[in-house]
Amino acid sequence: MPVSAASWSFTEDDFGAITKALERFLADCNARCALLVDRTGQLVATVGQRPDFDPTAFATLTAADFSANDQLAKLIGENDFSSLFHQGEKESMYLADIGRRVILVVLFDSRTTLGLVRIKMRQTVVELTQLFEIVFARGGSAEAVPNILAGADDEIDKLFQ
Amino acid sequence: MSMINYASREINCKIVYYGPGLGGKTTNLEHVYGKVQPDTRGKLISLATETERTLFFDFLPVDLGTIRGFKTRFHLYTVPGQVYYNASRKLILKGVDGIVFVGDSQVERMEANQEAMQNLYDNMAEYGYDLTSMPFVIQYNKRDLPNAASIREMQAALNPGWEVSEPARMRPLPDPSHPGEQLIEQLPTGEWIERAPYLEAVAVSGDGVFETLKAISKLVLKTMA
Repeated sequence: MPVSAASWSFTEDDFGAITKALERFLADCNARCALLVDRTGQLVATVGQRPDFDPTAFATLTAADFSANDQLAKLIGENDFSSLFHQGEKESMYLADIGRRVILVVLFDSRTTLGLVRIKMRQTVVELTQLFEIVFARGGSAEAVPNILAGADDEIDKLFQ
Repeated sequence: MSMINYASREINCKIVYYGPGLGGKTTNLEHVYGKVQPDTRGKLISLATETERTLFFDFLPVDLGTIRGFKTRFHLYTVPGQVYYNASRKLILKGVDGIVFVGDSQVERMEANQEAMQNLYDNMAEYGYDLTSMPFVIQYNKRDLPNAASIREMQAALNPGWEVSEPARMRPLPDPSHPGEQLIEQLPTGEWIERAPYLEAVAVSGDGVFETLKAISKLVLKTMA
């Protein structure tokens, strides 16, 4: 199975460490909000100011955006584009790849600058990559994640009656 | 790849509607969107051209109920059916948990159906997924049209069956939704074959749309159980 599709899970401790790193990053660069999205389009975490848009749709489009740009990179002879920047009149977003499995998206406005976001993001990407490498190394093995649906056949049947 | 979020107590699964262009994939999603309670679904996102042909994908998240205290959230995607959009079509398959193949029943679309099915196998194989060992259902859409091929012809062209290699599975498995038909059976040649479950639909009027969604969601959840 390809790396990008293998299952993985993180514990409360992992989540705490990831959240802490992102909170520090947001404070350092004065950005509004950071979201972590996995490459299949699932929202993993949101830190900072609560976004006033639909985060599920946002996550899906982010993954699609990144995937499409990956293919564009390959067409011009690059392996990938490790970061993307979208500039708006008031709001802008910067996206960066974390270990080929997760995408970090940061939303910021005129209270900060692209340069500062970019510099701080670089450090955060290194930090998060290390954190996620531990998570990926552990995988989604049965010992790490109890199967909450084990033996739930009856309940599944009932749901679809 | 399903995602279980313990904090929000959600199980997230990805279902992709695949098939030839103008076969009714988007129509399936639009019907689901129109019929489910607004509080159990998200926005319907459509990345389409000005002529309403899907360019990248359509996306609709729906909640189908609670199991063991976890909300079951299904992310429904369609792919662009047109042949030349293969690059974007393949991207959507990443991390898929279940596939619905929406076939167009019109006789004239048989070749397009077969091409799309072959393309699905190829794209899945490139990701290292085996279509025959994952949740997969086939919907024969547009059953109301006068030029619709018979189910027997559709099955022969799109769902002839794949060889069963595990000895433990070599026993007849009746198709629960079609009495008298088998999902796993032995051919006169002695070979055991398995077919994907199929459903008939008229997506424009909603016939068979929820039945298809239920069939695939149930298969996906059963795979996790």
